[in-house]
Amino acid sequence: MPAAIASAALTKRFGSACAVDAIDLDVPAGSVYGFLGPNGSGKTTTIRMLLGLVFPTSGTHQLFGSDISHDRAKVLGRVGALVEGPAFHPYLSGAATLARLDAADRTTDPATVRPRIGAALDRVGLGPAAGKNYRIYSLGMRQRLGIAAALLRPRDLLILDEPTNGLDPQGTREVRTLVGELADEGVTVFLSSHLLSEVEQMCTDVGVMSAGRLVWQGRLADLRGGQVPRARVETADVDAAASAMARAGLDDIARSEGLVSALLGDVPAERVVELLVRAGVGVRSFTVVRPTLEEQFVALTGDGFDVSG
Amino acid sequence: MIFRRRRNVVLLTVLALVPVLICAAVRASGRDGHGGSIFGGITENGLFAALAAFLAAGPLFLPLVVSVVAGDSIAGEASSGTLRYLLAVPVGRTRLLAVKFGAATIWCLACVVSIAALGLLAGLVFFPNGRLTLLSGATVSYAQGALRLAAVTGYVGLTMLFVAALGVFVSTSTEVPIAAIAATLTLTIVSQVADAIPQLSAIHSWLPTHYWLAWVNLLRDPVDTGDMSTGLLVTLGYVAFLLSMAWARFGGKDITS
Repeated sequence: MPAAIASAALTKRFGSACAVDAIDLDVPAGSVYGFLGPNGSGKTTTIRMLLGLVFPTSGTHQLFGSDISHDRAKVLGRVGALVEGPAFHPYLSGAATLARLDAADRTTDPATVRPRIGAALDRVGLGPAAGKNYRIYSLGMRQRLGIAAALLRPRDLLILDEPTNGLDPQGTREVRTLVGELADEGVTVFLSSHLLSEVEQMCTDVGVMSAGRLVWQGRLADLRGGQVPRARVETADVDAAASAMARAGLDDIARSEGLVSALLGDVPAERVVELLVRAGVGVRSFTVVRPTLEEQFVALTGDGFDVSG
Repeated sequence: MIFRRRRNVVLLTVLALVPVLICAAVRASGRDGHGGSIFGGITENGLFAALAAFLAAGPLFLPLVVSVVAGDSIAGEASSGTLRYLLAVPVGRTRLLAVKFGAATIWCLACVVSIAALGLLAGLVFFPNGRLTLLSGATVSYAQGALRLAAVTGYVGLTMLFVAALGVFVSTSTEVPIAAIAATLTLTIVSQVADAIPQLSAIHSWLPTHYWLAWVNLLRDPVDTGDMSTGLLVTLGYVAFLLSMAWARFGGKDITS
């Protein structure tokens, strides 16, 4: 089965600024892929290239093995998208907005449009507001309408750019549930986010963008698995604790005032505690610290305050 | 969509009121017309009301109303962000341009037909209607006159396609609809100003607006269609040129709105 999204050295320059720098995306079919990165790291430009809105400066990409430049209508029909926030005509109702979008899609059956609109709106919980004008929708309702538009017809791939932006905790949960349901149905979901907790809870695969480059890509479990836990000892007797930990075989021992920490590696924590107690070190606390996804993310992308380009 | 926007409905209403306004003004002034001119003829035959409205609205108001819709066509979608969703549906860019120009064409026709219809109606209400004395002095039956009015309406509508095509082209180059509307109207006015400068007579016959009033020839007997067919050809040429420019511009454009 070809990958849902595969790109080769996909690059976009705006003038001299390089927004996206030779990225090789590989989104397995059936995965929920979290596209992480700080603001301005090139996520939206990448999504626009995937959808054919922005033309790449160089490089290629394929959706389900077909090139978008050849069979645009057929390929993009399999893709539902929410790009950089919802945007619809303010004086059309939710249902009328979906009707207009469906009318623009020549591959759907006009005879089934009413039930499909109803189903899409119900799925995102907008059924009761279907007849109200878009302009009086709250940000959360607008976001839901955007997702409903992406669900107007069965899709193989959903590209969701910051889908929980502006949603309250309840709405965020609903989106999470929805993404889970869609994934169970076999839909590949590609969702961009700068919210790590969101990605952690929803995704099976992760790609991390930083300053236009894809700095890490793979299964979320592998990203987690690559983390080596550290043993952290609070004590008044720093020197004795450090030598006991060295005897236990720990690396990268760091000392500071009242605190010693070291890479635990494969050494069982029980063994370290035993050695510390034998050496007569007064231990105030002993903890095993696993770097959070956030720390890993910052390690990959920097502090996130550098906006590139 | 065009006819559902309140702004457009208001514009169309005001446009259709132009002949009514003219009738009311002429009637209120109480002076008898002299015949031989379009405005002067209104008191003698109501058919002239619609023609006077075309004369009054033709150079500025009608192009304005057309450029509002045509200039807004792509830029309006871009500024509200709906363009990216339409293109991601997916709608082909060529098809989107074709639909937008088609809608602008329908709008042009709706505009001229409203002027003609309300003009006809106001003329029937306010003034005598019978045999029509043409500008050249000959008289024709009312039915024949109405037919000529229909031809005038068609001609004005077709010449407005230049404004529509210009508007769609400018609209592909910006995300600010009001800028596209203003630029379209400005270029139309520049053409008319150039047309009024005698020293530029060498280029006059190439100006898109030069033949805009050639429909006056329909009010003479025999009808000289020479200027009108040239006018239609020039319009057609500009429309083809502007639409291919729009296509070239829009087809390869990055949509970042």
